[in-house]
Amino acid sequence: MILLAQTISKNLHYLEFIKPIEDIFTMNNIEFESIHYNKIGDEEIKKADRIIISGTSLKDNEYLKNINKFKWIKKNNKPILGICSGMHIIGLIFNGKLKKQQEIGLTKIYFKKEFLGYKNELEVYELHNFFVESNKFNIYAESKKCIQAIKHKKRPVYGVLFHPEVRNKKLIINFLNV
Amino acid sequence: MKCAVLFSGGKDSAFAAYLVKKIGYDISCLISVISENPESYMFHTPSITKVKKQSTVMNIPLLTQKTKGKKEEELKDLENAIYKAKKEFNIDSVVTGSIESAYQASRIQKICVSQKVECFNPLWQKDQFELLNDLIKYNFKIVIIGVFAYPLDRSWLGREINQKFIKDISTLYHEYKINPAGEGGEFETFVLNCPLFSNELKISDFKILGKKYSWKMEIELT
Repeated sequence: MILLAQTISKNLHYLEFIKPIEDIFTMNNIEFESIHYNKIGDEEIKKADRIIISGTSLKDNEYLKNINKFKWIKKNNKPILGICSGMHIIGLIFNGKLKKQQEIGLTKIYFKKEFLGYKNELEVYELHNFFVESNKFNIYAESKKCIQAIKHKKRPVYGVLFHPEVRNKKLIINFLNV
Repeated sequence: MKCAVLFSGGKDSAFAAYLVKKIGYDISCLISVISENPESYMFHTPSITKVKKQSTVMNIPLLTQKTKGKKEEELKDLENAIYKAKKEFNIDSVVTGSIESAYQASRIQKICVSQKVECFNPLWQKDQFELLNDLIKYNFKIVIIGVFAYPLDRSWLGREINQKFIKDISTLYHEYKINPAGEGGEFETFVLNCPLFSNELKISDFKILGKKYSWKMEIELT
């Protein structure tokens, strides 16, 4: 069972940031539960084999006021993938800092090391106002402007700043096969 | 939220408007950018009179903006239209019918950033067959008014999006990679009826223009 933790604050964001990820699961016959972070408790975490934390819109920063609701990230050793705001959250939970950097649209990023099946140059879809820096993570990819892909030094916790559900759907499948 | 829907008269923007309303948001106005360039990079190119009729049966005000349709100029014209919608209708968000085009979606996102409004894309990444089936399920009456890719020819003009259409376009998708919802610009549509309309628009007359695999149907409505 995959848990998709929704970081959106408005209903209308669901169709843009959550459903495309759910569709990838459905197309690949992957069993999942998709739940807003406010409703995630011990029971939901216990049932999950892997967890994906979604992104949200450029103007939606509600999740930043509720970082304490993501303490479960540190309390278990399950594979976790944070996408965009999800990456901000995993970085912040591990004492990282948010820095301002906006990128919108198709952007080239460069992998230093193989990351969830991707290496060298990749075109990705960006939609963010911030990136996160934390010394608990190794950096795997960067754009010309900022960090794009990270993995925790000791845990199976991954983060991507771009939106793989748009142009790099296989990254999500590869994470499920880690 | 007070939304403005970027509205072309075609199936995607009309379905986006329907979803916004269904979820419970107010649509304060429709914005139509009318391009003088039939090859516009950003905008569907319907006649203003037809979009006006749609806005009337939706009982939603229409804000129009003309553009010469040159690549970057038309973005400035769109930004100007959103600025006017903020002033006239006090909107705080813009809704688009973008499905797959990162070019279109990212440019609208950037304009929304500069105008400090939220941007909603309720059809983003939606499976194109799922979209066609949803349009039928929710009683959208849609006709094809333009075809622009081989092997789509004149015979497709005026066809309704129904199960037979889905079957035929599915064959072309598998044989020729035609996007089933026309997301690659293969065809353009016009909405004659949907749950947001108070009554159905009827085609009273039409004129067909074009050659080989590029055809348009100019329609008149009652």
